[in-house]
Amino acid sequence: MKYSLWNLLRQAPRGHRDWPQAWRNPEPKEAYDVIIIGAGGHGLATAYYLAKEHGISRTAVLEKGWLGGGNTGRNTTIVRSNYLWDESAHLYEHSLRLFETLSQDLNFNVMFSPRGVINLAHNEHDLKELRRRGHACRLNGIDYEMVTPREIKEIAPIINISRSIRYPVLGGAMQRRAGNARHDAVAWGLARRADELGVDIIQNCEVTGIDVRDGRVTGVQTTRGAIRANRIGAVPAGHASVVASMAGLRLPVESHALQAMVTEPVKPVLDTVIMSNTVHVYISQSDKGELVLGAGIDGYNSYSQKGGINVIEHQLEGLCELYPIVSRLKIMRVWGGIVDIAPDASPIISKTPIEGFYINCGWGTGGFKATPGSGWVFAHTIAQDRPHRLNEAFDLGRFESGLLIDEHGAAAVAH
Amino acid sequence: MMLIPCPWCGDRLDAEFTCGGEAHIMRPDPATASDAEWADYLFMRENPKGLHHERWFHAHGCRRWFHMTRDTASHRIVAVYAITESAPEASG
Amino acid sequence: MQSWRNSTGGIIDRSRRLSFTFDGRRLAGHPGDTLASALLANGIHLVGRSFKYHRPRGIVGSGVEEPNALVRLGEGGAVEPNARATTSELFDGLVASSQNRWPSLAFDVGALNSVASGLIPAGFYYKTFMWPAKAWTFYERFIRRAAGLGQAPEEPDPDVYEKRFAHCDVLVVGAGPAGLQAARAAAPAPAGVRAAPAAGRSGARVILADEQAVPGGSLLAEHVTLDGVPGQDWPESVRTELASMTDVTLLTRTTVAGYYDHNFLVAVERLTDHLPSGESPLPRQRLWKIRARHVVLATGAIERPLVFPGNDRPGVMLGSAVRAFANRWGVRCGARAVVFANNDSAYRSAIDAADSGIHVTTIVDCRAAPRGRLVEEAHSRGIDVLAGSVIAGVEGRKRVRGVAISTLDGSTPAAARKECDLVMMSGGWNPTVHLASQSGTRLAWDESLATFIPGDAASHQTSVGAAAGTFGLVECLTSGALAGTDAAARAGFDGEAPPVPEVDDDTGDGALDLEAFWHRPASPRDGKAFHDLQNDVTTADVALATRENYVSVEHFKRYTTTGMGTDQGKTSNVNGLAILAGHVGSSIPGVGHTTYRPFYTPVTIGALAGIDTAGELYDPVRRTPMHAWHAANGAHFEDVGQWKRPYCYLREGESVEEAVERETRAVRTGVGILDASTLGKIDVQGKDAAAFLDRLYTGTFSTLAPGRCRYGLMCHDDGMVFDDGVTARIADNRFLVSTTTGGAATVLNWFEEWLQTEWWDLDVHMTSVTTQWAAIAVAGPESRDLVSGLTTTDLSSDAFPFMTWRDADIAGIPGRIFRISFSGETGYELHVPASYALSLWQILMMAGERHAITPYGTEAMHVLRAEKGFIIVGQDTDGTTTPHDLGMSWLVSKKKPDFLGKRGLRRPDTLREDRKQLVGLLTDDPQVVIPEGAHVSPEPEAKPPVPMEGWVSSSYMSPNCGHSIALALIRRGHDRMGESVAIPLEDRTIRARIVKPVFFDEEGARLRG
Repeated sequence: MKYSLWNLLRQAPRGHRDWPQAWRNPEPKEAYDVIIIGAGGHGLATAYYLAKEHGISRTAVLEKGWLGGGNTGRNTTIVRSNYLWDESAHLYEHSLRLFETLSQDLNFNVMFSPRGVINLAHNEHDLKELRRRGHACRLNGIDYEMVTPREIKEIAPIINISRSIRYPVLGGAMQRRAGNARHDAVAWGLARRADELGVDIIQNCEVTGIDVRDGRVTGVQTTRGAIRANRIGAVPAGHASVVASMAGLRLPVESHALQAMVTEPVKPVLDTVIMSNTVHVYISQSDKGELVLGAGIDGYNSYSQKGGINVIEHQLEGLCELYPIVSRLKIMRVWGGIVDIAPDASPIISKTPIEGFYINCGWGTGGFKATPGSGWVFAHTIAQDRPHRLNEAFDLGRFESGLLIDEHGAAAVAH
Repeated sequence: MMLIPCPWCGDRLDAEFTCGGEAHIMRPDPATASDAEWADYLFMRENPKGLHHERWFHAHGCRRWFHMTRDTASHRIVAVYAITESAPEASG
Repeated sequence: MQSWRNSTGGIIDRSRRLSFTFDGRRLAGHPGDTLASALLANGIHLVGRSFKYHRPRGIVGSGVEEPNALVRLGEGGAVEPNARATTSELFDGLVASSQNRWPSLAFDVGALNSVASGLIPAGFYYKTFMWPAKAWTFYERFIRRAAGLGQAPEEPDPDVYEKRFAHCDVLVVGAGPAGLQAARAAAPAPAGVRAAPAAGRSGARVILADEQAVPGGSLLAEHVTLDGVPGQDWPESVRTELASMTDVTLLTRTTVAGYYDHNFLVAVERLTDHLPSGESPLPRQRLWKIRARHVVLATGAIERPLVFPGNDRPGVMLGSAVRAFANRWGVRCGARAVVFANNDSAYRSAIDAADSGIHVTTIVDCRAAPRGRLVEEAHSRGIDVLAGSVIAGVEGRKRVRGVAISTLDGSTPAAARKECDLVMMSGGWNPTVHLASQSGTRLAWDESLATFIPGDAASHQTSVGAAAGTFGLVECLTSGALAGTDAAARAGFDGEAPPVPEVDDDTGDGALDLEAFWHRPASPRDGKAFHDLQNDVTTADVALATRENYVSVEHFKRYTTTGMGTDQGKTSNVNGLAILAGHVGSSIPGVGHTTYRPFYTPVTIGALAGIDTAGELYDPVRRTPMHAWHAANGAHFEDVGQWKRPYCYLREGESVEEAVERETRAVRTGVGILDASTLGKIDVQGKDAAAFLDRLYTGTFSTLAPGRCRYGLMCHDDGMVFDDGVTARIADNRFLVSTTTGGAATVLNWFEEWLQTEWWDLDVHMTSVTTQWAAIAVAGPESRDLVSGLTTTDLSSDAFPFMTWRDADIAGIPGRIFRISFSGETGYELHVPASYALSLWQILMMAGERHAITPYGTEAMHVLRAEKGFIIVGQDTDGTTTPHDLGMSWLVSKKKPDFLGKRGLRRPDTLREDRKQLVGLLTDDPQVVIPEGAHVSPEPEAKPPVPMEGWVSSSYMSPNCGHSIALALIRRGHDRMGESVAIPLEDRTIRARIVKPVFFDEEGARLRG
């Protein structure tokens, strides 16, 4: 049944008893054309676009837990495309454009809200970096404008633009088309549409082995039995190395815990997303009223979805300096996700030395914004057995050649 | 907030340390290493879920590097050994 | 008028009256009250509006579990939104107001949502607001306005916070009967009473933390006697006993909120929240970070509500809360009560309520045949017990007026109607397992209690008492003592368990004899049945979530928002899971539970941030020894890392640009002076020091003679430049390495890492001397004149050529002179011990008067070096730049067999000929300055995406050249000298010519002269 106001009205007197399942709980079949490992946003988007754009719907998406339960459901929901390097900018811009019509495309309100994202500059170096990125964005056709402290204050009255604080706000850059989306809705909307198109989303099905014969994949072993397929796309986020090792591959990623948190809900005080590298704070307010705050990663490898309190403390120190009114609000919930970080802070969306085995990982702290775009190019890569123009540069080979897409070096923190 | 047994200073809060990532990565001979071998040395990591041999630096303490074997899933610390030593056999 | 207050009973001080206001109404209470007990004493139940439907809501609980009674406390900057009335201690002058209502609590426009509730079931927003595409942002505005609970403060926080680390052998969380006994058992002997344990210690260090103002926990709300003492007084005697012991810390008003790795726990102590503002000089809250060898979790349990239609109406309360309000605060929560129960503990509440003067008419018990002493006791008080029955509906909107009762099987619907203004519900107890679960301890399902209890401990911890599902008082006291002794023993301290106090014999064994009752399907006509009061989640929402297959427990939570409110589901989670399990036909443990995350109760951001939130406490400011002089002489500072550096020195009426231009000219025409103290300095010594540096730098230092200096580049092993600087050979076995200001710490760590982890066979030692030595750069054609007047060292070029250094006496100060230059002028860098630096600076300023000496800042330094084409790492490089890209191949040794970066420079991409390479740019119009960060394009007229082939890294108006200059990294730039390029800007395109990256004194005559 179509999601619409009309159907909501019709269901109201009926106690909403006719809404169908958003997705099925299929039993795994013996074989599929394509297996996607990981039913996070990126994996589901891959399956969706495989069906929609490439006519491949004999696809199974295998998920060891519950769909959307990894970083898709744990991030701070920022969507933007104002990246420095062309390769990144084009990929994230493609994703942002998909986000702009994703609700209509999926018939599921993913609540994409272009409320604007501001990056703050706190010193001359920050300003230079923002300007450089701004020039690049303009030439790449991505909206981007430098904003003065006074303009930032008008947009976000709770910010402290006093020059006397430790790292005063010297200016910022704003992407107005950027914003937030509802993370769960993205996963659920993709799952629902993919399911409608015939994709089997199989939850509680952990991949325990990848079958490789004569240099090509033939299927997977799972906690629910063996499943055959000649094309396997792995999108396991924090567990990328674990899955890749089943196929005998090592990856250039390390997994770290990244924490985020929300305050108790309060009436609207902030209508845009504000990020700062130097003070390492990013903040937005959810539609429920919670202030959503992102912290930094813990500095050591971890698969435990909780991080240290020191990271939180340090981040909140900066938050109080930049937004003094938050001091008496209370942190309600802190959680962690496992992010896999590549040396250049850019993703890997690539074929592998194993024929039929494709990997999509390394999204680090900023994968949510790429959800539809990542799925779109990965679907193309799997369907055509060659990367799309947009993800050619994001291949594994770059680590051998040295042609990295260094968003670290360019200080464009990837949230 | 792990309690890390620095071999020189004793038990200290993890915030005093910096983790140097995977241990026992051999730097290949630059004269003979292929591009692939060099990439492997520079970038490729085991990144296991479970026991991990890693290098730690007591940055805000004695400023000594040492090795530690730690479970990346539970954060249990299994062994601490000198930076000059190879991984303990069958630790954990 | 506290007309609902009994004249006796409870632990409040009736001799004193405290005045407070709620929504502007002046009311009174007593010391010992919470805001909730005081409101109830004044007959006020309606305290808030619900989150989604704006339904009138009353107080439900008596502690941290409270889902409804969230109020705004205080005024001005000192307000606190979303404070729980049940845990806010009353004080004289307290100001509280209700939230999430407009215009008033009694008449709230938002209640229209309730009328339209059929339209807005769980997740309705996912199904609509999609048309037209832009519509969402329109609707969202209204949704945002409607959402949220309290209002955030509008002014900065006037209070301060602090933090404290603590280490202990045993941390006991919760000072109820089990926790008090555990603390007594673990604690060292009171002086002189028992022999002190061996090893020279008095015993284990114990911390006992409890969230309430006084210890006692459940004892405070019960009528029992221990060792002949009333249960409400016994905790005080234990407190006295513990206070007499060394190494015992009792923290009250302290909530242990987070349980981290390796028994590291975080607690928040509220020091002044219970006092009128300004009364105490203490910080408002203190964050404790506690490392414990062993943790005893005696966190108690929270009563579970029952789910039935209308269970959210004001006047429907937890039975245990009604009991607590009666016993602890002497407050009657109503005149006429009906109890709804599925277990024996409800009877205890009913009996105490009746004894406090509430007319308890009926106990509606869903069990077929409740029996036992408590049942008889209820009968003896004239309370009807309706077995096998349930409450099927509630009358009343802003207050309960009555209930409809039917049989459990529904065969006789609405069998009875009872008038009442109070419903006491008791659905069993949920052990407070939050901390155990946070620590990684898995939870186990206990069928007889119908709830989760801690399973095998994941760390050195013990759950005890009600937190472990033990509800009998005697058993709690006994097991608490055992846990304490055991915890101390595990931490290495032997002791004997304290005696278990004699408990009056009518408390029973605490058995609940519970029969799970989750909810009974009802028709919408009966009204909404809520399992999550704060987030307005109903059984119908669970049904909908199930129908739509949001049945994984996390999907269920997120789709319905169960347990996601400020109470984090303390009363709603298990009920929600159980109802979900019923719908999907699974067992409750089969459905599982969501993960418990920090914090147990919400923690003030100020407390987590501590005092380190403003200015220098946020991040230390580093100042050079000459800082005060700079500040007094017009310095306009910039932040460089943690350092404050003068960007320029402003003269009266001068703009920043004018100052920079003046300073830049002065260095080329006379003499300038720059504070270069922030540059990193590392003293490297040892017989392998030269070999060490040879491995770290692309260049060679082993061939450098003592007394000489050499510039070097450092690469990571991928071949990318990451720092640069001049290194001087002090002696055969000693070098002074200089680094960039921002790179000082990184470079030292880099050196240490390679030395310790890879090259430990080298005899090298090093230390940072950045702040031991201050550095003053004196530069300009008159610099030699100036410096030679202050030293006997021969500064002539023959005796002291470029790129050498000498020990020297400088104006009587022992120091070093380096003949190096970042400006391209003849220049000297004077290094003296930091404590002499200010005085040397002043001497130079005085001696330089006749040269019109000009202090210059970082920006003039940047212009000067750009005129010479000297790079700044981090500005003209970005982590993708090799020495070859910079045109510095001459700095890359071809002879050395290896150095860091050597192999990296031979990778396919680093060998590519079309890499971005550092070049100079001269604009066609010499007066036009290209904006830094602008990109160079071969096709400026194209529509985006415009191809980019490079970017401008440094760009200035050069007063000395008389035209603008720029450095840029451009694809294949080294081969494109003379080529014209375009720099497309927003409003125009700048044209420029590629030139060598040096604009002034290309031969370096000035430098060497």
